[in-house]
Amino acid sequence: MRDEAGPGYGRLIQLLPLILLAPGLALVLLLFLYPLLRLIVESFLDPTPGFANYVTVLTDPTLWQIIETTLIISAQCTIATLVLAYPVSYLLSRLPRPRANLLMMFVLLPFWTSLLVRMYAWMVLLGRHGIINEAVIGMGLTATPYPLLYNRFAVIVGMSHFLLPFMVLSLYSTMIAIDRSLIEAASSMGSSFRQTFWRIYLPLSLPGVYSGCLLVFILGMGFYITPALLGSPRETTISVYIQQQIQQLNWGEGTAMAVILVAIVIALFASYDRLFGFDRLFRNVGPQS
Amino acid sequence: MRRRLPNALLWIYAGAVFAFLFVPLLIVVPVSFSAGMYLQFPPPGFSLQWYQDYFGDPQWIDATILSVEIALCVVLLAVGIGSLAAFVIVRRPFPGIGFIRMVLMTPLIVPSVVVAVAVYSVYVSFHLIGSFIGIVLAHTIGALPFTIVLMVAGFQRIDRRLEEASYTMGAGAASTFRRVTLPILRPSLFAAAIFAFIASWDEVIMVIFIGGGAGTTLPLRMFNYLRTEINPTIAAVSTLLLAFAVVAFATAEWLRVRGEARRAGKGGAA
Repeated sequence: MRDEAGPGYGRLIQLLPLILLAPGLALVLLLFLYPLLRLIVESFLDPTPGFANYVTVLTDPTLWQIIETTLIISAQCTIATLVLAYPVSYLLSRLPRPRANLLMMFVLLPFWTSLLVRMYAWMVLLGRHGIINEAVIGMGLTATPYPLLYNRFAVIVGMSHFLLPFMVLSLYSTMIAIDRSLIEAASSMGSSFRQTFWRIYLPLSLPGVYSGCLLVFILGMGFYITPALLGSPRETTISVYIQQQIQQLNWGEGTAMAVILVAIVIALFASYDRLFGFDRLFRNVGPQS
Repeated sequence: MRRRLPNALLWIYAGAVFAFLFVPLLIVVPVSFSAGMYLQFPPPGFSLQWYQDYFGDPQWIDATILSVEIALCVVLLAVGIGSLAAFVIVRRPFPGIGFIRMVLMTPLIVPSVVVAVAVYSVYVSFHLIGSFIGIVLAHTIGALPFTIVLMVAGFQRIDRRLEEASYTMGAGAASTFRRVTLPILRPSLFAAAIFAFIASWDEVIMVIFIGGGAGTTLPLRMFNYLRTEINPTIAAVSTLLLAFAVVAFATAEWLRVRGEARRAGKGGAA
């Protein structure tokens, strides 16, 4: 077809890929990369040029506290989801495929549910007059309701609920690829369940553990809704702080903190890419893959 | 190992984890039908008052309609733009396409609050705060990585020989696309559309910044509501959203299963 076409048509064919990519690139460049660049520039310029905003952010102990809180909450969620997900993924990886797929559907269903619906659900469950407290008081176990909502506990619970499917998917995809004959060989040679697990199964599943932990940790760093709704001022994360600063038109410090958050997240993602490859992230995105 | 495995314990543990995943989703349903005036559990009686509240309040309805309109526009834009990009990535790759693909994916890795702040500052200069088109474009940024991933997978699955066969048998480019390529791509297109819809439908952080007064979408109204009061109206909204999620999820699963069955059939024939 190309042979018959004139030179002008051939040129068009050559440019076609760029023309087709243009809308996507324009959107991402204009509405994402350019604004991000401006944000970085502003963090150095507002209100006066220089590093003043970064000096403020990095020397103020309360702001260090916020960075620390964010890192700790993220780490706590990582541990919580790992502890919850490992046995479940193990079980799923050993089931026959159709049954595993069915159960995996249930793991994925929360993905499809509005985050705000889940926030409301946790408020109903954990509140002072929430279902859990009413039940505990009703059983006569305590007279005063437990403080379950608007604290660190609620934030960890809410975030872990959101992040758990990511951990399960990451672990499951590694565990399903573990060669079962290695396990059979170990037990046929007299290895106990405990020995086989610690010496063979666990080391083989570690890539999934690492990638799941890194992914959950990275995602946890950016949470805004959950700490804002289920936490107290003591659970002010970086994202919540940024929003507050921008709302108070405190651009300099808000944008400086945003740049710090992006730097942390991109550094973590870069290490993810080097260790596991970026494509792994998308393997489980969507019902198609 | 299999024999010595404490299977019962494992199942109990897994059951507890599944309960942790599900109970919070289901708990809103009985609350939404409560006859009580405030949050009580178990509900004192059955009533549809909170649904009446929702359907009778123009603010809730307007927010819902706005969200649907935005999400539908986002679906059109994100699926269209994403399909074009995916086509180039799979069919017309050129040196540097890997980098471009990476660039198109970046909105996925930057925390949404940062994206929202960045977009906000640009929108202020261009007077796009609170505008419909502004929210649509901002949501499209968030949906695009998903539609690209799904459509790339869709294009990769197409057996090029089918298209070649169609050409050899005398079909033109247009009819080959319509009768061969498009039917194979259809499940991917649906999946991409569902993902784009949900990405927009559930988005709240961006709207907090750029929504202005006019752009109160359903999630933003829910967010503001949850900050001030928790009455069961929001349980009614949640139950409706949950029903909607179940339908979307079932559709996507159905497409996946059907796609897999087709692929399996094709593999068997080859």
